[in-house]
Amino acid sequence: MIERNVDILIIGAGPAGLAAAISARECGIESLLVVEREKDAGGILRQCIHNGFGLHRFKEELTGPEYAQRDIDKASELEIEIECSTTVLTVSPDRTATCVSASKGMQIIHAKAIVLAMGCRERPRGALCTPGTRCAGIYSAGTAQRFVNLEGFMPGKRVVILGSGDIGLIMARRMTLQGAKVLACIEIMPYSSGLNRNIVQCLHDYDIPLYLSHTVIDIKGRERLEGVTVAEVDDKRNPIPGTEIEFDCDTLLLSCGLIPENELSLGAGVEISPATSGAVVNESFETSVKGIFACGNVLHVHDLVDHVSNESFKAGAAAAAFVRNQRRTAPMITVKDGNGVRGTVPQQICSNTDQPVDLMFRPSAVFRNSAIVVECGGKELVRKKAMIFTPGEMALVTLKPENLKDLPADLITVRIE
Amino acid sequence: MNNKTTDIIVIGSGITGCAVARELSRFDASVLVLDRGSDLAEGATKANSGIVHAGYDAVPGTKKALYNVRGAKMYESLAKELGVPYRRCGALVLAFDEEDKKTIENLKIRGETNGVEKLEILDRQALLKLEPNLNPEVVAALSVPTSAIVSPYEMAFALADDAALNGVCFRFDEEVQSVSKDSDGCFSVRTQKETWRCKVLVNCAGASGAIIHNQLSEAKLTMIHRRGQYYLLDRAVSQPFDRTVFQCPSAMGKGVLVSPTVHGNLLLGPTAEDIDDPLDTATTSSGLSDILKKAARTWPGLSTRTNITNFSGVRAHLTGDDFVVGPCDDCNGCFEAIGIESPGLSSAPAIGLDLAGMIADYLSLSRKEKTVPYPVPPVPFHDMTLEQREQAIQQDPTYGNIICRCEVVTEAEIRRAIRRPVGARSVDGVKRRTRAGMGRCQGGFCLPRVAAIISEETGIHLKEVTKNGGESLLLSDTIDTFLKGGHDHD
Repeated sequence: MIERNVDILIIGAGPAGLAAAISARECGIESLLVVEREKDAGGILRQCIHNGFGLHRFKEELTGPEYAQRDIDKASELEIEIECSTTVLTVSPDRTATCVSASKGMQIIHAKAIVLAMGCRERPRGALCTPGTRCAGIYSAGTAQRFVNLEGFMPGKRVVILGSGDIGLIMARRMTLQGAKVLACIEIMPYSSGLNRNIVQCLHDYDIPLYLSHTVIDIKGRERLEGVTVAEVDDKRNPIPGTEIEFDCDTLLLSCGLIPENELSLGAGVEISPATSGAVVNESFETSVKGIFACGNVLHVHDLVDHVSNESFKAGAAAAAFVRNQRRTAPMITVKDGNGVRGTVPQQICSNTDQPVDLMFRPSAVFRNSAIVVECGGKELVRKKAMIFTPGEMALVTLKPENLKDLPADLITVRIE
Repeated sequence: MNNKTTDIIVIGSGITGCAVARELSRFDASVLVLDRGSDLAEGATKANSGIVHAGYDAVPGTKKALYNVRGAKMYESLAKELGVPYRRCGALVLAFDEEDKKTIENLKIRGETNGVEKLEILDRQALLKLEPNLNPEVVAALSVPTSAIVSPYEMAFALADDAALNGVCFRFDEEVQSVSKDSDGCFSVRTQKETWRCKVLVNCAGASGAIIHNQLSEAKLTMIHRRGQYYLLDRAVSQPFDRTVFQCPSAMGKGVLVSPTVHGNLLLGPTAEDIDDPLDTATTSSGLSDILKKAARTWPGLSTRTNITNFSGVRAHLTGDDFVVGPCDDCNGCFEAIGIESPGLSSAPAIGLDLAGMIADYLSLSRKEKTVPYPVPPVPFHDMTLEQREQAIQQDPTYGNIICRCEVVTEAEIRRAIRRPVGARSVDGVKRRTRAGMGRCQGGFCLPRVAAIISEETGIHLKEVTKNGGESLLLSDTIDTFLKGGHDHD
């Protein structure tokens, strides 16, 4: 059995893992290993062949594979070791990981620091408890995307999309362009959970109706899907009798939310936030377990890969600092979600940080002409105004180190007013 | 005799059909099993509570009581021999008031009459010590330490593999449309594909049991199709209950249970709804909310946050309320196991043994001198130690390729499931044999990979791979043919 020691082990070679690795190497870490379960690096970007990636980071509009390739090229230029087709099975609190691959068998890797960058998975039908038959033709939007974009197969011809998450919206357009008929996009909430630009470019531009405050209440078809029943829901999300609409379709795509894949983190004893379903971290993206860091969609689900990369560069640098014993120690400030705010990351900030800290969260509802207010013990630290905040777009407010000087309390609240 | 004639035809490859087939494979006779599904165990066997009941519930003197107690006693060694997951986790039947208490006291007497051992009434304090997550309003419970859990479809798969290794032939997608007894004393069994002939017909047809019986016998049977819906929650390091927890049984069945499964999931259900169509295994919002309401009485901390899937199965209930097992009274050569609802899973091994014995006598069959021993099934990769894993990968590197992340299922195991004697042919077939796709992402990641392996192993095109046989195709077409007009909308 192979047993090896590394300074930093990074789990996942998607955009988060790649950025963390590049950043750690640029901070001078020589002994660095990235482990990836797929046969190629790039993560979910490999199947995201549409454009719109990289506007913030590269000021260019790239496709997913193009965006990923820039990081893969950079990693290769920096001679970063990426072991593909290798699955991490366990991570222990002492930062030992067991992994498996066909070529090397079982491996035990001892790391001084670990960066968790496993990404997220889609909420399946079971999590929605949608009644009906269990026929073929029901896919998560990402699985359908893989079939179409990587395998070259169409999952079906007449499509209903449940949920208005970004992958579902992208797939509405993709399936239409590929010759399928997309009948409707059904969203249980009174607002879309996707980016506004995707609603416009993927639904409106193709005359695909979006049914807000509606959901699928029945699934029909013994072998292959034959149809779904959709109904309007009341403000408690219960279906309203008499509002049923029948759709004759052979495919139902689910785009009902993403869940950070934290099984390995839980095994390592990492504390998970119920609000984000990701780790509780400080401004260095260090989790509750010393030397284990988390970034990207495994930490909290992002809308834009640019933000994933940005966050992961910081996490990689922080892991490098940890390995070199350059960690800051000072009293921690706790960050709390206030009115209209859900899942602020990071949850803790070191009071003597010398870097600006981005607080990221999801608005819990749609707010117009509002402001994000960060306050501490009655003292307003930052105020950021905007025309609109929606749950579909992550909100961000930056705290500068000087904002954190001489705070009246050790608790910061973020709220929308 | 031509090649469509065989000594014995078993209709149905559920748990009962498979158990009968395996016992028959020990005798010198040709045996053919026909099933309307595209795989084994497609009916009630794949969708039930997976409980090996101890036998306290059945009325003494009934066939249900007889076979339940006998069958339950066979399970442990059978499961061990065939490498099927089985655990004697014990059960509790909860009483919430004085009337319930009388019921469980009667169940205890009933159980003892049936020969069930170690039954005991526990008081509230003892119960809450055993199972601290129980509803504290519970007043007493019948403790049933011999109650066990098993993977029902995996048991059927193993029984069928063993039968196949010993010469039994299985044919799928053969729905029996009619049966008749010919002037030469043989049976004609017509499916949509063939007319088969046999000397002995074994009716293990589950939901169609009465229909087939009524074609051969004047003593007509009436069957009621009773659907049971379930919740299946994710595996967890510790589940709220170690034991199967029942509420008091009623005329409609054993009530809603909360039970761990052999794979560490948690099962809630079933409902009991009489329906017209035995193939209607849909779940309904009223059924699902009914389960939650009832299960919350057992488990006030109930949470479905980790729900993986909902499913339902249809039990074959005879109006006579007992199993029909044995030779058909007015049709020589026809042997039957009809109305095998709960405790059918528990009873199946004993029913199989009995029916095979009766058939062997009837046909004067001799026992085979040699049988092919059942190969020791490999330990699932999920359950292997580090050293076992290392060794497995050294022998077969595809053990190092994880296909299903949630359940940690390897490529080697998926290929083996397809290559088994009665192997998987569909994504669901692979799922039930390996657990690939049974986890929290419900195949989101592994589905395309499993489909590709099925295509490779069976030589069919990827677009012909099905979820569960028949027309349950996963894909409509390749994207290029699709754009060229291989579709018909608008």
